Amino acid sequence: MNAVSQTGPSIRFRGRSFTAMTLVADVPLQAWLADFDIWLQRSPGFFNGRTVVLDLADSAQTKADVERWIGELAKRGIRLIGLEGVRPSMVDAGMPLLLRGGRDTSLAITDVAVPPAEPRKPVEPVNMLVERRVRSGQSVVCLEGDVTIIGSVGAGSEIIAGGSIHVYGTLAGRAIAGATFGASAQIFCTRLEAELLAVDGIYRTAEDIDNALRGKAVRVSTADETLQITAL
Amino acid sequence: MAKIITVTSGKGGVGKTTTTAAIGAALARTGDKVVVVDFDVGLRNLDLIMGAERRVVYDFVNVIQGDARLPQALIKDKRLDSLFLLPASQTRDKDALTEEGVDRVIDMLSQHFDWVICDSPAGIERGATLAMRHAEIAIVVTNPEVSSVRDSDRIVGILDSKTLKAERGETVDKRLLLTRYDHARAARGDMLKTEDVLDILSLPLLGIVPESPDVLRASNMGVPVSIHDPDSAPARAYRDAALRLKGENIAMEIPRQRGGLFSKLLRRAA
Repeated sequence: MNAVSQTGPSIRFRGRSFTAMTLVADVPLQAWLADFDIWLQRSPGFFNGRTVVLDLADSAQTKADVERWIGELAKRGIRLIGLEGVRPSMVDAGMPLLLRGGRDTSLAITDVAVPPAEPRKPVEPVNMLVERRVRSGQSVVCLEGDVTIIGSVGAGSEIIAGGSIHVYGTLAGRAIAGATFGASAQIFCTRLEAELLAVDGIYRTAEDIDNALRGKAVRVSTADETLQITAL
Repeated sequence: MAKIITVTSGKGGVGKTTTTAAIGAALARTGDKVVVVDFDVGLRNLDLIMGAERRVVYDFVNVIQGDARLPQALIKDKRLDSLFLLPASQTRDKDALTEEGVDRVIDMLSQHFDWVICDSPAGIERGATLAMRHAEIAIVVTNPEVSSVRDSDRIVGILDSKTLKAERGETVDKRLLLTRYDHARAARGDMLKTEDVLDILSLPLLGIVPESPDVLRASNMGVPVSIHDPDSAPARAYRDAALRLKGENIAMEIPRQRGGLFSKLLRRAA
């Protein structure tokens, strides 16, 4: 026992939440499947790689009903990871898990018969676009994504971004990137005069920025916990 | 425990920040430990006048809000080992300063320094009253012209009512510092004379700083005027004022127009 607890591999458990799509079944079975097949034809591959939970609250009275639903969906290539809205007695060890306590998220597609035109459209990345000069004392903050400034960033102002910062103009204020997404963030500007540059918490003040890079177009990134400033 | 000085005026542009930097540097030069604190949150300038703007990472507001510890925010002067700056934030507004926060920071500073010099923002609002709250000595910076004198009079009234000393029934030691004094214009009657200003404000005189291009030159270079060109007239005036603050008895030098035409043409050997 001691040997196990001292030198054995450490076993780690983590709580994590994933988003699953819940398919709400409806009776009668055949009519619903007919609608569903039409929908699938229009959006082939929609369920590829998706985690799907089947909600049978209004559609299954017996274990046989549940088996029939699972079978029909399996024929269409849909693998379920869980079931919702059924009694424990209607589920056995060979079936998907019975899930409880799910909460709605914005992924919901209510009307199955009228699917969105581009169901697999990727989530648009957040980019705050500022098309004016950022003046002394002003603060532009976007923790959810990138910030792009078309114009100059005056001394005494600050830009804080969850991701990267792009300045098409002189960067004379403070630029703090990677506040949310960390070391993958970078700072770009067409003319460097910054008071302070920071990526992922690693900063450099004007005093420590190589004079040869002043006034140049540069890119700022981190590598091995140090700030890299290179001319573009 | 430190002596806490507030540099105030009511009116803007009379030379508070220049005075803070110059007196701070002059006191530090005597070997005393000095910290200058910029209370002008949102319109900071003291870091520029001190030539430290390229080294600011954390500021006064960060310390008050607990984002940084005081030693992280203090910037050591490059020329004088015993001179430090606590810079103001440019991107917050003056509401970021709280009474409790200011009390805490001033308390910590006064344990480590001989002099804490607070550079007040212009006006009589919150920032200005917070800057004067802990003052034992107030340097009232005044230009020899009517509006500046009137604003100074107003500030003196506030110093007598809204400071911790006033609340305890004591009085703040108030000193008048006359800046941008031009002897020729005063003689022509274009400016108030020193006696007139003293008569209106009835405060003891700490010093008279002459109007001089040296002040602008020093500001532009980010060097306190008292150490930029130690022989210049404003540098001497500030140095004398600092020594008077230390209790030394120094005769008041009234700036006069020096010499005639030739001394103007041939002002300095280079």
